[in-house]
Amino acid sequence: MLSVTLENPAAGAPSGAVILNAGGTAEGDAVGVEPKISARGVNFYYGSKRALRDISLDFAPRMVTAIIGPSGCGKSTFIRLINRMNELVPGTRLEGEILLDGLDITGPACDAAELRKRVGMVFQKPNPFPKTIFENVAYGLEVGGLRDRLALEERVELSLRKAALWDEVKDRLRESALGLSGGQQQRLCIARCLAVEPEVILFDEPCASLDPISTAKIEELILELKRQYTIAIVTHNMQQAARVSDRTAFFLMGELIEVGPTGRIFKAPRDKRTEDYITGRFG
Amino acid sequence: MNTTKEKLIKLLFTAAAFSSLALLAGIIIVLFREALPVFNFVSPLAFLGGESWYPTAEPPEFGVYPLIMASAWVTAIALAICVPLGVGSALYLHELAGERQRAVLKPVIEVLASVPSIIYGFFGMTVMAPLMQEAFDLPIGLCALTAGVILGVMATPTVASIAEDALGYVPRSFREASFALGANRWETLVKVIVPAAGSGISTAVILGMSRAIGETMTVLMVAGGAAVVPSSVFDPVRPMTAAIAAEMGEAPVGGEHYHALFAIALALFLVTFVFNIAAEFISRRYRLKLGLAR
Repeated sequence: MLSVTLENPAAGAPSGAVILNAGGTAEGDAVGVEPKISARGVNFYYGSKRALRDISLDFAPRMVTAIIGPSGCGKSTFIRLINRMNELVPGTRLEGEILLDGLDITGPACDAAELRKRVGMVFQKPNPFPKTIFENVAYGLEVGGLRDRLALEERVELSLRKAALWDEVKDRLRESALGLSGGQQQRLCIARCLAVEPEVILFDEPCASLDPISTAKIEELILELKRQYTIAIVTHNMQQAARVSDRTAFFLMGELIEVGPTGRIFKAPRDKRTEDYITGRFG
Repeated sequence: MNTTKEKLIKLLFTAAAFSSLALLAGIIIVLFREALPVFNFVSPLAFLGGESWYPTAEPPEFGVYPLIMASAWVTAIALAICVPLGVGSALYLHELAGERQRAVLKPVIEVLASVPSIIYGFFGMTVMAPLMQEAFDLPIGLCALTAGVILGVMATPTVASIAEDALGYVPRSFREASFALGANRWETLVKVIVPAAGSGISTAVILGMSRAIGETMTVLMVAGGAAVVPSSVFDPVRPMTAAIAAEMGEAPVGGEHYHALFAIALALFLVTFVFNIAAEFISRRYRLKLGLAR
């Protein structure tokens, strides 16, 4: 077993970590490059209920990996492990390891707050704070210790621009974020996440509560963002997975059934269950 | 007949619902009718601003300023106690206490709110006042401070319980969003949850305040009873409620003193009425703000 030292968790991937990929990579799961995130033998329990079974999945850097599957298959549970959100739920237990740039993030040696600054998340329902638009985007920066007004303003503007929201809100930065439409709120949440300058962004069904036009905008944005960020998106919308992702993983009842390039998964699934799901036979 | 029976039941329930409205109207009418004649023999300015309350002297003086100040001081002291204590308990219950602790603590706090005020008064007289007398070397332990502290303790459960509810109304998604941005528990509490519950917490404080202002038995027992404008927290005072309770029995019905006491009651009623309306208004606006329509 390879041992990973935790002396320098903030640094980029040490070159030695490349070998990690050679280890337990499941068949069809070779990402070709050194993975940004790598889950190894992950089991997850809510109390005594096993929600995830022996998941090993890699996420390639600067690519979009979609996780599809029917409701309750564990796909949200899985990505919430990558930024340790499940820790907020009492009575849960994790086995296995999840590596970010080759370093395990599941142990106590990894600070959850620091991890979440590197791994941002956009939730299913837009959840802006009941604060102004500006305050929402500046929140993560202020928590991170940035006090300088000018720097804050710059970063807020940049983040809003990246989230394709700046033109719509630049004249109302001091107004409540709750006055925005659902789609705008979700883009605000993306801007808020980008402001912290994460390396990875997790999207947990980001369009579940949005209309088709807002959905299209978010998808466009995801395609734009993947140039710079490693992206994981959970979706129950297969067309969405096909449109935005480079790689797709299919989950069923807590198990990873199949993963591969999106085109291959949709055109030539190797597993009967994947085929049944994408052809709409269940789910 | 079924329909007549239904109509009858409907009528009964309607009457029950409207009886409280009728009662409130009745109380307001009586208050005004009995209070307003006071201005036949004392001007509103002299009544509210006069510094001498000698209702039984010859000629009587009806300046309620000392009573108003007594109420204000005692309420201010009570607030200084019940706001930190109540909000602190609410934060503890909401944020730090485990599920099991909460299940015990919250009902206990609510029971504390239902202890009859005479018991608090008794406690204040026999335990608190001697302690105060000794601690601050006072001639008498019954003073504004003692009354304020006891009232504060009395109002704490109200504040704690309502503030805790307010914290509970804050959607979990706010907490998740904050954590996801790298905030820790403390930052999340201070920067997201408390501000989001802000108006709910103000409601709690206002209701605690209106409880303190309207409380009678305790202040009657422990405030000391002197109708003098207080110059320090150790002065014995006579809050408005205590004055009404103590003097109503000896004021001849229809006399000047009687009307003056009613005028005090009216003032009290208006103050607590405004507080309660404000509390209701704030809490409604706050639920709308969080998208919790009701």
